[in-house]
Amino acid sequence: MDQFVNFMVIMLGAATPLIFAAVGELVTEKSGVLNLGVEGMMLMGAVAAFATTLTTGSPVLGLIAAMAAGVMMSMIFGLLTLTLLANQVATGLALTIFGIGLSSFVGQDFVGKPVQAVAAVDLGPLTAIPVIGPIVFGQNPLVYLALAVVAGVAWFLYRTRAGLILRAVGESHHAAHAIGYPVIAIRYGAVAFGGAMAGLGGAYLSLAYTPMWVENMTAGRGWIALALVVFATWRPWRVVAGAWLFGGVTILQLHAQGAGIAVPSQLMNMLPYLATIVVLVVISRDATRIRMNAPASIGKVFHPER
Amino acid sequence: MRIKLEARAHTPAAVVYATPVVAALLTAVAGGVLFAALGYPPLQALHAFFIQPLSTLNGLAEVGVKATPLVLIAIGLSIGFRGNVWNIGAEGQLTMGAVTGGAVALAFYDVEGVWLLPLMTLAGALGGMAYGAIPALLKTRFNASEILTSLMLTYVATLFLSYLVHGPLMDPDGFNFPQSRLFHDSAILPVLGFTRLHLGAAVALFVVLAGWFVMARTLIGFQIKVIGLTPAAGGYAGFSQKRVVWLSFLVSGGLAGMAGLFEVAGPIGQLQPSISPGYGFTAIIVAFLGRLHPLGILLAGLLMALSYLGGEVAQIELGLPLAMTGVFQGMLLFFLLGADVFTRYRLRLGSPPAAARVAAAADKPKPAGEAA
Repeated sequence: MDQFVNFMVIMLGAATPLIFAAVGELVTEKSGVLNLGVEGMMLMGAVAAFATTLTTGSPVLGLIAAMAAGVMMSMIFGLLTLTLLANQVATGLALTIFGIGLSSFVGQDFVGKPVQAVAAVDLGPLTAIPVIGPIVFGQNPLVYLALAVVAGVAWFLYRTRAGLILRAVGESHHAAHAIGYPVIAIRYGAVAFGGAMAGLGGAYLSLAYTPMWVENMTAGRGWIALALVVFATWRPWRVVAGAWLFGGVTILQLHAQGAGIAVPSQLMNMLPYLATIVVLVVISRDATRIRMNAPASIGKVFHPER
Repeated sequence: MRIKLEARAHTPAAVVYATPVVAALLTAVAGGVLFAALGYPPLQALHAFFIQPLSTLNGLAEVGVKATPLVLIAIGLSIGFRGNVWNIGAEGQLTMGAVTGGAVALAFYDVEGVWLLPLMTLAGALGGMAYGAIPALLKTRFNASEILTSLMLTYVATLFLSYLVHGPLMDPDGFNFPQSRLFHDSAILPVLGFTRLHLGAAVALFVVLAGWFVMARTLIGFQIKVIGLTPAAGGYAGFSQKRVVWLSFLVSGGLAGMAGLFEVAGPIGQLQPSISPGYGFTAIIVAFLGRLHPLGILLAGLLMALSYLGGEVAQIELGLPLAMTGVFQGMLLFFLLGADVFTRYRLRLGSPPAAARVAAAADKPKPAGEAA
């Protein structure tokens, strides 16, 4: 039973940065914008959270700084793709390259320093309930926050008028523009939200998951988050399911080593990446399903013809 | 009165070729501001970055050494980018090329022969090609995004190389260091004089010329361009998008694999856990900065090679962190993409005159996002 609890706790933890980043990107993509810079935004969030928490001693300020860093990065992307009409794929790649460089530049003085990790909640008697207690009531606050964000996004997209407009912009920017919705402004908002959430995902890594700063510490999680959005066919709660699946794969990797299975660690570490590829193939092979669910205007430049 | 962007019906060549230059200058200015903000003397830092490496013969040769993989890979990538195929896993294909080519070198350890280097190069190119074939297959057969699969495979390739040098290919007399034996003399590329500039640079130059010839003078080059501009028109003309995916992944994978082999058979001389400071990713910038044109890519490759070298010089001279190189490279691409808007649109103040409106309506180019 202990092992099961352990499994669940680690799995939920490993899934959390993916949930943050993927649900943010989901909103961005729902508005018709493909931002491939998630990895770069997460790294900037991670380093901003770490540096701020270390210097101020306040993890809350760290989280705010992470979101601010993510938003600033996403605004570079927004300026280039939305205002200057640059190609979204190329700009997203540039954002990742830039973020990797800038985060290791900013973070060079923080490598190897310890920081007070964001502690798991302890609700006393509730957390003390066997099995259910530690799993349901004993998680890091950010784990709950990630789920709350998903719930909020699901509600916003499918239960509010603003969410409907955002989806309309993503489906047909020309139609939305013709009705009179401010396409570019709405997209700026969606891109900023994606940046803030990617920043939070990074902050979770550097403040809670492995409380330290290491260059390139996201190790491809930003890209896995992008794959998760496709896996989820752009539905918020399916992102959670996908992220838990990946969390499970991560555990498999740790447990195989613990159980003394003689597979070299490098080969085990390939699992999350290989799993991403497998999942993408399984989901994408049904081209109709992707076409039905993907926002129709995704990745396309919007330039109103007067 | 508002500033508006108006689609150009025709892009003057001067604008196309001026934007990379403008972007490079803007990067230098922004870099100077950044240096000053961080408390480094800006002019001295820029001098260390961009001038000092070029002041010695050895420095010039080193630019060639670093430009070789960048140019080789970028030529391959540019084919795909023109056809709207996004191979961003060149780093992984480079790694696999180094593995397969390097494995040949190690298999024939202590065997002399002029045939060995060509065999290694072939193995490296085939290794990269085979690795590039995976995302191509997943794209054409299962519709899976080549961006994500090729990127994921990069992590897999790096881990695979790490596994090999920690295990099967580890130097038996190497005190358990995670690296292979040093390659034998027959498996090391000949170099120019006392420098590290190796035969791979000549191959890269040849590939530039071949790339130019294929894109400018052959039917297949024309097909790639048409598919990239308007997939539908390409389809009507009988050009298949799938063929372009396969072609661009096989060519770019093969060239990246060859670049990887040249790294291990050239400057490095053995297999080790890390064989590239992100050449596969920087090559993406090189391809764009060179306007996807082979000769432009050559120039862009030299410039980016300089940024790697300048990063090292600035680290020694001014104590600037090496990560500065990545910041520079990212900024350069941002400025380029931003400046690019003027190749497709022009600024207009207020509402356009009627004549221009009619002309634009008659000859409306597609929005760039759908084409590029």
